[in-house]
Amino acid sequence: MAMTATADHVHADPHHIGRVIEHPGPAPKRIVTAYGFWIFLLSDIVMFSCFFAAYAVLSGQTAGGPRGSEIFEQRNVAIETVCLLLSSFTCGMASIAADVRNRFWFYLGMAVTCVLGLIFLAIEFREFADLVARGYGPSRSAFLTAFFSLVGCHGLHVSAGILWLLTMMAQVFAKGFRADILRRMMCFALFWHALDIIWVAVFSVVYLLGSAP
Amino acid sequence: MLGKLDWSAIPFDQPIPLVAGAVVLVAILCVLAWVVVKGHLPYLWREWITSVDHKRIGVMYILLASVMLLRGGSDAVMMRIQQAVAYQSQGYLPPEHYNQIFSAHGTIMIFFVAMPFVIGLMNLIVPLQLGVRDVAFPTLNSVGFWLTATGALLVNVSLVVGEFARTGWLAFPPLSELSYSPGVGVDYYAWSLQISGVGTLVAGINLVTTVLKLRTRGMNYLRMPMFCWTTLASNLLIVAAFPILTATLAMLLLDRYLGFHFFTNEAGGNVMMFMNLIWAWGHPEVYILVLPAFGIFSEVVSTFSGKALFGYRSMVLATMAICVISFMVWLHHFFTMGAGPDVNAIFGIASMIIAVPTGVKIYNWLFTMYGGRIRFATPMLWSVGFMVTFIIGGLTGVLVAVPPADFMLHNSMFLVAHFHNVIIGGVLFGAFAGFEYWFPKAFGFRLDERWGKAAFWFTFLGFYVTFMPLYIVGMLGMTRRMQHYDVAAWRPWMIIAAFGMAVLTIGVICQIMQLVVSIRDREALRDRTGDPWDGRSLEWATWSPPPVFNFAFNPDVRGEDAYWEMKAHARQQSFAHEEREYEDIEMPRNSPTGFVCAFFATIMGFALIWHIWWMVILGGIGAFATFVVFAWRDHDEYVIPAEEVARIDRVNIEERRSLVSMAGSV
Amino acid sequence: MNLLDPQGPVAAANSTILVDSVFIMLVIVVPTIFAILAFAFWFRASNPKARYQPEFVYSGRVEMVVWSIPALTVILLGGVAWIGSHQLDPAAPVPGTGSPVRIHAVSLDWKWLFIYPDQRIATVNTLTVPAGAELNFQLTSSSVMNTFFIPQLGSMIYTMNGMVTKLNLRADNEGKLQGMSAHFSGDGFPDMMFDVNVISPLAFPEWVAATAKTDAVLNADSYKRLMQQGIEKGRPVYRLDDPQLFDLISTLHIPPGPGPELASEAGRSHSGGHDAR
Repeated sequence: MAMTATADHVHADPHHIGRVIEHPGPAPKRIVTAYGFWIFLLSDIVMFSCFFAAYAVLSGQTAGGPRGSEIFEQRNVAIETVCLLLSSFTCGMASIAADVRNRFWFYLGMAVTCVLGLIFLAIEFREFADLVARGYGPSRSAFLTAFFSLVGCHGLHVSAGILWLLTMMAQVFAKGFRADILRRMMCFALFWHALDIIWVAVFSVVYLLGSAP
Repeated sequence: MLGKLDWSAIPFDQPIPLVAGAVVLVAILCVLAWVVVKGHLPYLWREWITSVDHKRIGVMYILLASVMLLRGGSDAVMMRIQQAVAYQSQGYLPPEHYNQIFSAHGTIMIFFVAMPFVIGLMNLIVPLQLGVRDVAFPTLNSVGFWLTATGALLVNVSLVVGEFARTGWLAFPPLSELSYSPGVGVDYYAWSLQISGVGTLVAGINLVTTVLKLRTRGMNYLRMPMFCWTTLASNLLIVAAFPILTATLAMLLLDRYLGFHFFTNEAGGNVMMFMNLIWAWGHPEVYILVLPAFGIFSEVVSTFSGKALFGYRSMVLATMAICVISFMVWLHHFFTMGAGPDVNAIFGIASMIIAVPTGVKIYNWLFTMYGGRIRFATPMLWSVGFMVTFIIGGLTGVLVAVPPADFMLHNSMFLVAHFHNVIIGGVLFGAFAGFEYWFPKAFGFRLDERWGKAAFWFTFLGFYVTFMPLYIVGMLGMTRRMQHYDVAAWRPWMIIAAFGMAVLTIGVICQIMQLVVSIRDREALRDRTGDPWDGRSLEWATWSPPPVFNFAFNPDVRGEDAYWEMKAHARQQSFAHEEREYEDIEMPRNSPTGFVCAFFATIMGFALIWHIWWMVILGGIGAFATFVVFAWRDHDEYVIPAEEVARIDRVNIEERRSLVSMAGSV
Repeated sequence: MNLLDPQGPVAAANSTILVDSVFIMLVIVVPTIFAILAFAFWFRASNPKARYQPEFVYSGRVEMVVWSIPALTVILLGGVAWIGSHQLDPAAPVPGTGSPVRIHAVSLDWKWLFIYPDQRIATVNTLTVPAGAELNFQLTSSSVMNTFFIPQLGSMIYTMNGMVTKLNLRADNEGKLQGMSAHFSGDGFPDMMFDVNVISPLAFPEWVAATAKTDAVLNADSYKRLMQQGIEKGRPVYRLDDPQLFDLISTLHIPPGPGPELASEAGRSHSGGHDAR
């Protein structure tokens, strides 16, 4: 349509841009929403990268306190990682279920995701509480400050994600698979997967590299 | 119960903030009373406060910026008077007060004047230029605005309840740490910026998505008006840079609230990390501000020269080059930290490289004027004033990018003069140009030209009289933020600068008078064409003010300068196009989400500042509940029926046709 | 204080670079400003002699020129920046006559402490140096950041707690100069100006001997008293008890200076957070 328009109105191309493919017009809502949410996720990753940078700068500043290898427990971290990775899978299941509008599998997928997320948070909370009890709280040294903030920031995101997850489930329960709710579900899935990716980075940078004696 | 808050928070012993606060409070109460008594409240609530229309939100952003400009401007006046009188004396402002003033001045001018002004203009114009009906996320847009307003409110509350930061506008630790700033000032600073920062991030995401995903048919990237390009670049910078600010301030707050050690002297904290992080945000920030201004000048120069923008492709390339390079130069803000010659030289050269695309822009505007037929309406005056002023600012900017020169000029009044030169001469002149240029589009009548020109000349000359002396005292060794001084050689220049400030103030008064006079004479200044300046881009294709749906038909774009071509095309045929089939238009419903959410954010911010923990929780629950209520609503759009669209459109077409025939008969 | 009236080689080199850079840029900037005003004037709508060329919106040749003018300028200035940064690195040696004078500078809230470790004396808010000798500064801060700057001697540098920065200067002519802190550091910041006395190399040992006669002693205890927040109107001098004092400060063996809480009860009239904490 637009091509014919160009044909009947000969265009001079004063800026020497050459031939172009005509833009088809505004994108549909689903695309727009997902696109915007992607941009939000990228900005969130930029924020995380600041905490990563701070961790990199401060990780050697133990101020006489413990080093990473003295406080990290590989077993717990392994369980945490498995929980989060599995939850990403179940979250994916829930998304598919929402797309085909299957309530049972949707609730099941979301519930399992929620439980796995809670297990993750519980383990992390226990790790934090244990460290604080041993006198290795975030005020002990700059290293612990950076450690608690980076891992805690991820933990806060997971907590917010669980709040969102429960809200999503309630919404589907109350309103069904409406178009706008499906769009939100898509954003939630993106968010949850992004948390997974960030956890992989946390796992590698903090726990794997930090465990080296 | 009330945390740290008690009566000692009110500065009963300090008349200046108390009186200022009282005056502002009385003014606000009077306006509120007037609104309630006259029965405007329902209208305000319906049409403005809960509006998700990008044009309304844009106007509110600009209103916020203008009000805060007066606040930041009074700070500036107080500072210039203090430095003029505080020679071998304490002046009239004690240090703890003066230090709050320059911190508040910087914070307000950047975050609550320059940012909302450019975001407001982008909000108002970009969807119109792209030929679409709204931004990508209308309700989020409203949330973003109201969160920015929350930040501004908290900064102003600090005037009478407690104190503002006394650390400078970037609150460098360790001075801003709890041990050296035990008061609530830094907390006011940090929480205001955290809250408004969320608002800015939301605006950034919204506008990036709008430009990239919502363009009318045929609006290819390389057909977008320059202002859309600079909007894209600026908002890409927002989404990439503001999270850094959020993270940095979060670290500072963790230090202050929970005894963390990011930037403390003790336990291995690192202040140099703060410098790096804050400037990794801070340098892109200046381009976030100035790029939209470049876009405005591109539109204005091309419109008033009656020519398409010269070197459009170069401009696009230059804009995106600035966008990328601006992230690679942050270290030039602290050459004097002892980073070593290689690092300094590399960052110095990188900083100079930004001057290349910026210089190209100046030349392209220059050649846009070449061969043009220039009309010197007020927006064009601001633009020419900008070009001249900005080159001087660019020169001094490149100068301080040379590390050995910066070793002498760092933190000096020369630097102060430099960044005011680029921010006033670039951003503020741009904001005023955009204000004058697009005002008729937003309100349907033009601004008075005589008062506008007076405002330009007073501001332009006032700027030079104020800031050229600051360059000179900088060369005489004066550093910034001096509450008093004993050096005789500085004094005359400070007095001249204070005099210049008076001239600038007259400029601001003229600006206000212009608005008052124009509103009074609005019938005489009415613009019935929707295109008062003979514009070139799509915002001029619709009526002034545009209907809520912007365009009855989303336009088909067939080239650069879309509306110019349409006009050229239409002149050959008859102006009015053939009767078309109108369709129903779906528009987003108004929503109080933004306002309510900001209400809770205000409560939460205030409670956090004063350690009132139950109130923090209350605010948090309230904000979450607001979003749940929003998510629960069943109808997020309403339909404007085709007949209604047709009725509105036909009225406007008739009006325009009668004007065209009148013009033809003359 | 005039930057263009340098009293030492570093300041002279800095200001030469400053002035040269301005002139290099003026070569481009002045014609550009002139062209802006000329084009704006000539192509005004009311000028019938100006030719309207609405189609003149693209010219490869002009674009070539407008990219290369700023690019060439920047290449030239980039060279200046690269060479200048290396030659004028604050830590680069500045050869002088006689043996170099080592000075340890500490920024306190809100005064400057200058320790002469080799002469075993220390001064507050006065820096006395011999003309012509290389001055090796090592700098740190007792609390918040400051910047050490003597405008007429050149390059400034930050002082930061727990860190040592290095700066080498030389003063060529005898006389009185002024120095300052060039980084805002709190309420007493404007009073961080200090005197710089440049005296003849012959008079310097005499000054050292005279100063060393003082009764006041600088050790960890008197230093802790000195670092309380406050303004120093006098110009106290000390005998240096422990030549390692600077290392103790910069390695945080002496803890950072206290903030306003301990410093003065008369200080703040209305900082809201006081009583609740």
